[in-house]
Amino acid sequence: MSQETATAEGGFWSDSGKTGIGSWIFSTDHKRIGLMYLYCVLSFFMVGVLLGVLIRLELIAPGPTIVTAQTYNALFTVHGVVMIFLFIIPGIPASFGNLVLPIQLGARDVAFPRVNLFSWWLYVIGAVIVLVSLFTGGGAPDTGWTFYVPFSARTTTNVSLAVFGVFILGFSSILTGINFVTTIHRMRAPGMNWTRIPLFTWSLYATAWVQILATPIIAITLLLVVTERVLGLGLFDPSRGGDPIMFQHMFWIYSHPAVYIMILPGMGVISDIIPVFSRKPIFGYKMIAFSSLAIAAAGSAVWGHHMYTSGMSDLGVMVFSFLTFLVAIPSAIKVFNWVSTMYKGSISLEAPMLFALSFILLFSIGGLSGLILGAASTDIHVHDTHFVVGHFHYVMFGGTGFAFFAAAHYWLPKYFGRRYEEKPAIIGWVLMFIGFNVLYFTMQVLGMEGMPRRYYDYLPEFARLNFVATVGSWIMVAGILIVLWNLWRGLLKGEPFTGNPWGGASLEWSIPTPPPTENFEEDPVVTHGPYDFKGAGVP
Amino acid sequence: MFLFGACLVLLVGITATMIFFVVRYRRSKNPEPTSQVSGSPLLEVIWTLLPTILVMGMFYYGWTSYLSLRTVPKNAMQVKAEARMWSWDFIYQNGKHSPKLVVPVGRPVQVNLESEDVIHGFYVPAFRIKRDVVPGMKNHVWFVASSPGSYDLFCSQYCGTGHSAMITTVEAVPADKFEAWLNEKAAEGGAAKGKALLESHGCLGCHSLDGSTKVGPTFKGLYGSQVKVTRGGKAETVKVDEAYLRESILNPGAAIVEGFPPIMPKSDIPEGDLKVMVEFLEGEK
Repeated sequence: MSQETATAEGGFWSDSGKTGIGSWIFSTDHKRIGLMYLYCVLSFFMVGVLLGVLIRLELIAPGPTIVTAQTYNALFTVHGVVMIFLFIIPGIPASFGNLVLPIQLGARDVAFPRVNLFSWWLYVIGAVIVLVSLFTGGGAPDTGWTFYVPFSARTTTNVSLAVFGVFILGFSSILTGINFVTTIHRMRAPGMNWTRIPLFTWSLYATAWVQILATPIIAITLLLVVTERVLGLGLFDPSRGGDPIMFQHMFWIYSHPAVYIMILPGMGVISDIIPVFSRKPIFGYKMIAFSSLAIAAAGSAVWGHHMYTSGMSDLGVMVFSFLTFLVAIPSAIKVFNWVSTMYKGSISLEAPMLFALSFILLFSIGGLSGLILGAASTDIHVHDTHFVVGHFHYVMFGGTGFAFFAAAHYWLPKYFGRRYEEKPAIIGWVLMFIGFNVLYFTMQVLGMEGMPRRYYDYLPEFARLNFVATVGSWIMVAGILIVLWNLWRGLLKGEPFTGNPWGGASLEWSIPTPPPTENFEEDPVVTHGPYDFKGAGVP
Repeated sequence: MFLFGACLVLLVGITATMIFFVVRYRRSKNPEPTSQVSGSPLLEVIWTLLPTILVMGMFYYGWTSYLSLRTVPKNAMQVKAEARMWSWDFIYQNGKHSPKLVVPVGRPVQVNLESEDVIHGFYVPAFRIKRDVVPGMKNHVWFVASSPGSYDLFCSQYCGTGHSAMITTVEAVPADKFEAWLNEKAAEGGAAKGKALLESHGCLGCHSLDGSTKVGPTFKGLYGSQVKVTRGGKAETVKVDEAYLRESILNPGAAIVEGFPPIMPKSDIPEGDLKVMVEFLEGEK
């Protein structure tokens, strides 16, 4: 962090006159908090990537390759926990949400700046506890990130501490959600009515409600797992009147809506980037904003589609399958509107736009493979196979991950006052895109052929495709490294970035670069919509 | 297949339109946007209704074919499957145990799934069937093997260290062969019985007889050898004798062999079986 403060200059980096680590970790400035989240989530992203590479390396050939079965099980568990709870869930909302949301609304900060700082501290404490759990007690958890009982209640590994860490992370998420909802309701500048809120902030609004309403359920569920392990209450143990299926319901009541906590902000990023790089107003603004709320609402009632094979009643299967297909409708509406926005526009294929367009393609593949999983009969075959692993990586990484990189290339120059080089960004993107598809499409094929997930070893007939997938992981990681290295170097030492080179019409493009601590020199009065490029006077 | 076809058409359509727009309206060719249209209620209605009809079709198709997966024919043969970390035991109505699921070709088979410990999953990709095996719950699957052969059977629900080793096969054989197999008596006493017991109690899922190392140490040459174990936190060397074998089977957590994780589950094995098994192990030089 201190290295950055030394090179980035102006605006909130220096105008308060405060420097040093204390001016960051005790700062209530939403921009500094956003950047601290960004550094944390990127660090954990790299940890997750490293673990993922190790998993793929173990699977390059049948039989034991580089680690033991126990280590492998810990690898995929920790990969999941780190990527989900430490990277994707806080990824876009806490980092880019903090950086961008107050400015897009015309506010000087979020509604509760100190609570915002407290959320960051809770995040750090939760993350440290999760990390400590890997190296203490019975060793890294080996339950999978789903912590299914009765296995999670029996295993001797350090599940209790890891689960407690996730419990604390949940509070960070809830507080950020409350902060954003309040900010959006109460802190809008004069003239910023609900239909002038940029779609990125709209998506964070829908996300924040899910964070507030769903997260307490996972907190309670995880506490119950701890009581089961420590006290042996028998809540989930059938021989003592408990029910392991009840755990699955409670777990997914949060963890499925959590998928929308992860993907909705990504959709928001895309909705902001595509109009700017097409120089055209977003097509169907109200439908996109409304579909975010529809996804958040309908998505809260589909958790049972993770459990078609669990022994849930057939009526349950029917209801959850039906509701799952309903969620597909608002998602499809969004995709159609994004594509239509480009119609008769003037399209510039710069790095943020390339990431945004690949988001649409990868998210569509992920979403459509989701329909196959949502249909009751086809799910039976591909459930718990590599098809599911491929599917959720398409949505989570091809969707949210690519949106994260789109946001980084789009907004970060604004905050650093320097920009990255275009060419390495595009080379990195090409490698990421190719490697991604080689890796995860192959996984989907493996799943259709019947290879179950979380398998340390596999039958010889799966060997060739597993080898291909592992090679794909190397190509993708090479792309990620180039992209991050290029961002890192460019933001610290690159060409100066000033003004509004991309021609954005939302408020963050109307203030100095980097933004001053108070964001606006005088309170803005909003006179045009976020995609009204003529009204904003940009060329 | 209707579902895959519909998904593929949609995907190709979206991608082609996107690429067409990018090429047609790229900035070098179209320096100024030629339209500032920001919406169309008619189009929104169309592309809300079309996906709605499509997904409702998919839902209906998926649901009706799911029902046929759940409706067991009345004449189905009943087999009980007991899953445990990390092996399968199939029990037939005449009491016969088998580590492989042997079934007659052409006859519906209903497998009743029971778990002794954690959640497992019964998955036969060739028959497109899968069902979790949940402790304390009665789940079932059914299938017909229409041609003879050997089909892979996987555990699909993650269950710990030996999860990926918890695989066996469905052996579909002609009806007359099946009857003969079903009624053949296990040899009384001796090596064959010992081996059969090790199989049916699930020992061979983790301990090999041929010297290879699986999740746990091999049985080959075990008896009479010196092994390094950790007992109550202290390292010691013991000679493998009958007492050690009995302790390790009945109370596996007491002494852990160096280099292996302390994960073997406890089991209640009747004295009669235990005696035969230990005798068998003593002979495995």
